[in-house]
Amino acid sequence: MATDGVVVPTRSFAQAAASEEVSVPLRVVQIDGLVVLKIIKHCKECMPALVTGQLLGLDIGSILEVTNCFPFPSRGGEEDEEEADGANYQLEMMRCLREVNVDNNTVGWYQSTYMGSFQTVELIETFLNYQENIKRCVCIIYDPLRSGQGVLALKALKLTDAFMDLYRTQNFVGEKLREKSLTWKNIFEEIPVKISNSSLVSSLMTELETDAPATQCDFDRLVLSTNPFMEKNFEFLIECMDDLSMEQQKFQYYYRNLARQQSQQQIWLQKRRTENAARKQAGEELLPEEDPNNPIFKPIVEPSRLDSYLITNQIDNYCSQINGFSGQSFSKVYLMDAFHED
Amino acid sequence: MGSSTMLHLPSGPTGVIAKLHPTVMFNICDSYIRRNDQQERVIGTLLGAVSTDGIVEIRNSYAVPHNESSDQVAVDIDYHRSMFELHQRVNPKEVIIGWYSTSSGVSGSDALIQDFYAREVTNPVHLTIDTMFSDETTSIKAYVSTSLTLGERQLAAQFHEIQLDLRLLEAERIGFDLLKKTMVEKLPSDLEGLEQSIGRLQNMIEVVFRYTDDVVEGRILPDNTIGRYLLETISMVPKIAPEAFDRLFNDSIQDLLLVVYLANLTRTQLALAEKLNSAAQIL
Repeated sequence: MATDGVVVPTRSFAQAAASEEVSVPLRVVQIDGLVVLKIIKHCKECMPALVTGQLLGLDIGSILEVTNCFPFPSRGGEEDEEEADGANYQLEMMRCLREVNVDNNTVGWYQSTYMGSFQTVELIETFLNYQENIKRCVCIIYDPLRSGQGVLALKALKLTDAFMDLYRTQNFVGEKLREKSLTWKNIFEEIPVKISNSSLVSSLMTELETDAPATQCDFDRLVLSTNPFMEKNFEFLIECMDDLSMEQQKFQYYYRNLARQQSQQQIWLQKRRTENAARKQAGEELLPEEDPNNPIFKPIVEPSRLDSYLITNQIDNYCSQINGFSGQSFSKVYLMDAFHED
Repeated sequence: MGSSTMLHLPSGPTGVIAKLHPTVMFNICDSYIRRNDQQERVIGTLLGAVSTDGIVEIRNSYAVPHNESSDQVAVDIDYHRSMFELHQRVNPKEVIIGWYSTSSGVSGSDALIQDFYAREVTNPVHLTIDTMFSDETTSIKAYVSTSLTLGERQLAAQFHEIQLDLRLLEAERIGFDLLKKTMVEKLPSDLEGLEQSIGRLQNMIEVVFRYTDDVVEGRILPDNTIGRYLLETISMVPKIAPEAFDRLFNDSIQDLLLVVYLANLTRTQLALAEKLNSAAQIL
């Protein structure tokens, strides 16, 4: 790498090793068509259970390529034997795939979700687990129910760096959050997804399926009944609202306690001061103005805002789903109207 | 298979139909691209399910490393077994139903491999995908084999071609347009997809319109079957009195508007709550 216009012929190894790597921010996730199909198949087969799997691929510059994936066996049985089993399965699978020249590099994992309700603390924990070993990892979320509506509901998510740093300190107090100007929108970052296919596969596919004037997915999309999907969405939304209001109550409780404690402290301090004034007049020793043993001085722990952030994220997700879906339904209803014009 | 000294050659369709999932095809192409340099073709196992009426569904596959020289073939059986076990843990319903290879047509060593697979399952299906596109027609074929016996000895195995259907799940159909191209920049959103569907619907209506126009003007000879078909389709639009329809229409529009209003209200509330929460100053 040249510096200030002067071409430096070679850098010594020590220099190269010492220089810090500037990590290019991740801009696009490029997924192979094979991976998309495998994810769809796996999630669909195990519906309504939620399933996960591992993503394999390459990390190049600002593009993360996902070239293969394999599903994880579903949980059933006790915890102990599962930990070892799960790790064993992964190792075996990676070893076997390596023999057939599949990229042996884990770049993340995928999971299926139900109606978009995937923002949980477990997701964050898994992210951090992965992040320790891999520099960049993504999570692909696939929603098989929404895909029944006629759209490919595949998203690539990543935790923002700011959030990760904050999470490590386990401190979600209002001060810290304001300092980093971290709102609930900044927890997850969605990365645009590109799909790529090898030419061999696309030529085979084109040969097999000629362009029909109407495909089944058109029929799926033009279905008029909107109720089941909306109802479920609303049900989840209402549950989330309940959770959110509980969280809000926790905060209110905390603030009330804090205010009460503050006033108690003030009163005590006043008493001490008057006492001290009296003592000074009497010439006695002054009492300290602080008393660490007094329970009213014990700092109250501020509840973590993480849960409320996650819930807020979830609610926002549901709202956008509802919005999108209503937009579609509007168009469909107007279409029906046009048909009935006479 | 005769017990006398006659040579029996079973012929005719064997009645087995194979349904292929596109995942398998993608898998095979991917393993072909990733093969080692010295190998000319890739061999692997097919997993799936056999239904009672003879329909074989091919759902999954994995490549098996093998070595091939002019007269012998060595297949890594341990690898095959361990991969099968791993796959079984995820989906116990998928069993071995055959094998695939990426050559064009069937070659001599295939009989041996077919034999090996016949030990695992009663009637293994052999799938070939011609990656060289040696002939212009469809390059994916499926075979079952029957053995030719002369008396008690087995002479050869004859491969019959069987009917092959391509089967797509709904979600895969959606992805289908995406899967045909080599690079798709952005996943289409819901509205775009709907737009496409409505566009296609419009096209179809136009075609029908033009056809009826032509028939009425006498440019094309009327075809009774098409006419009847059109009549059926149009009569499927339910007949509702205009006032009833208007009411239905208005009701649905109002419901949708209400829903959208609620969703946006919730969002505004969230934004507000956020501001309040983070701006709360403790003295």
